[in-house]
Amino acid sequence: MSDWNKNTSGTAQSDNLIEVKDLVVRFRQKSSKLFELKPAYFSAVDHVNFQVKRGETYGLVGESGSGKSTVGKAILRYHNPDSGNIFFDGTDITHLSEKELLPHRKKMQSVFQDPYSSLDPSMTVSEIICEPMEIHQLYTKKERKERAAELIETVGLTRKDLLKYPHEFSGGQRQRISIARALSIHPEFILCDEPISALDVSLQAQIVNMLEELQDRLGLTYLFISHQLQVVQKICDHLGVMYLGQLLETGSSEAIYGNPQHPYTRMLLSSMLEPDPDVHSLDAIIPDTGVQTYSGVGCKFANRCPYAKERCRMEIPSYYETEEEHQVACFLYEK
Amino acid sequence: MNENLKKNLIIGFKTNKLAIVGLVLIAIFSLAAILAPLYPVDPNQISLDRELFPCAAHPFGTDDMGRDYLARCIYGGRTSLLIGFMAMILSTAIGVLIGSISGFIGGWVDVVLMRIVDALMSLPTFLIMVVMNAYLSAGVKNVILIIGFLTWMSIARIVRGETLSLKEREYVVYSRISGESRFKVIFKHIIPNIMPTIIVSATINVAQAILMESALSFFGLGIIPPTSSWGSMLNSAQGKLMTSPYLAIFPGILILLTVISFNYLGEVLRKVYEPK
Repeated sequence: MSDWNKNTSGTAQSDNLIEVKDLVVRFRQKSSKLFELKPAYFSAVDHVNFQVKRGETYGLVGESGSGKSTVGKAILRYHNPDSGNIFFDGTDITHLSEKELLPHRKKMQSVFQDPYSSLDPSMTVSEIICEPMEIHQLYTKKERKERAAELIETVGLTRKDLLKYPHEFSGGQRQRISIARALSIHPEFILCDEPISALDVSLQAQIVNMLEELQDRLGLTYLFISHQLQVVQKICDHLGVMYLGQLLETGSSEAIYGNPQHPYTRMLLSSMLEPDPDVHSLDAIIPDTGVQTYSGVGCKFANRCPYAKERCRMEIPSYYETEEEHQVACFLYEK
Repeated sequence: MNENLKKNLIIGFKTNKLAIVGLVLIAIFSLAAILAPLYPVDPNQISLDRELFPCAAHPFGTDDMGRDYLARCIYGGRTSLLIGFMAMILSTAIGVLIGSISGFIGGWVDVVLMRIVDALMSLPTFLIMVVMNAYLSAGVKNVILIIGFLTWMSIARIVRGETLSLKEREYVVYSRISGESRFKVIFKHIIPNIMPTIIVSATINVAQAILMESALSFFGLGIIPPTSSWGSMLNSAQGKLMTSPYLAIFPGILILLTVISFNYLGEVLRKVYEPK
């Protein structure tokens, strides 16, 4: 852990738009008991550290249930962190009240996974795109409509679509509307929570290209959450690999794809489908037992790790820097 | 959605002919109630023609004071329907508000509100009405208030359930993340999307309220003379079942038709909105 903190304190604040320090989010476990004196909690996010540089895309990858969405929603303060800090643009927003948070909310936006539930079916597209502008009281009513019309064209739909309802659009088109809505208040940061996972492959490329193009043009910063490694590889500058609420490996996109180190990362990458059956990017395929369990002590991945030793089940590994900006939480890399 | 809904409504009514009859009857009764002053006979005009059987001059006959029974039925319907609709509006408003707040805010607010609902639901409504009536003066306004405040619980429960499923939708999460306040989210995203459910329960609530008013008035607790409602007319017809049965039959049939009509209407709406 100490190596990691050294790294964060060394960077200039203005460089990082988002800084997540030792973030913990716990959820109460459902129980069937009527009265419970000591409710059980489980940590959906367990001491996570990372920072997102301005203008870059940070990718969080991991299987479902790894807590990546929870991290994203905690940054936007949908979930309140149980401990740790979140810095947005140099300000600690962890404990701000809703009212104090509002000016910061203006700079953050989100695009969600399910294009069928991310748009209110009872509103027209125009109303949907105008919603964030109304919340932050930007522009007059007429200007908002004009801006909605501009935005809908930016994302490749037509002005006629403004009067339609969400159900009249396909998944890809809905995701475009979501993006238009996110752009409406000129955010600096957009949380992309699996924005393309529900789309088919040809559409995925379109949306990713659009997101990249918008980033270049508007200088946006993304936190890109996905379980699809191919996509993440294309769009992300830095990556964090999550497993059961913990970051197991972080580093630049090239470092992680070129030189994956944590057994879990290698397992994920070896599960990637390769178009050419003869090519395998990794020397050895890591066998996967597929059980996501954690005994409560030691490395979170120990129960599933083919290299797990006695020590892995007793101690939590700290982060070892194996190369520049590449950290792994695994005893295999202890120097 | 609107186009689909229209289509489904037409199909719903086509497959349920009784609902069309119900809709027509509700329209007729409502029109009659609204346009009552156009009917040239004064419902409170006493004459010597007491307890006349239905005839050409008095289509519904006359009552024990010689008042024209058709006029009294029309004005009675006015009171009954007014109470039915107003009580429905009141109970729906309370139910939607409590239910959506309870479901959306959650936590101890939800626990407290839902225990209140449980408590009110476990009390015999009619008994409370009778007790409340002892403290409040009789009259249309108080009957509306009493019924309204005692029938919102089932709506609150339904609305809470729907809210619980809606609040996890991403557009609700999005709105909260964008900085919208909880109450605005409830009014902007939750209530419009549970409108169908609300309409269905409201429809059935009208019928319920009319029945309650009739029962209250029948026991002499609701509407006091000379104002008439269908229930109070039943009350005054009690002693004359042998000699002039029509005095009980006409308001009885009117109550029956209205309540059945609303229930059939509610049934069709339910099928249209929840095609499961």
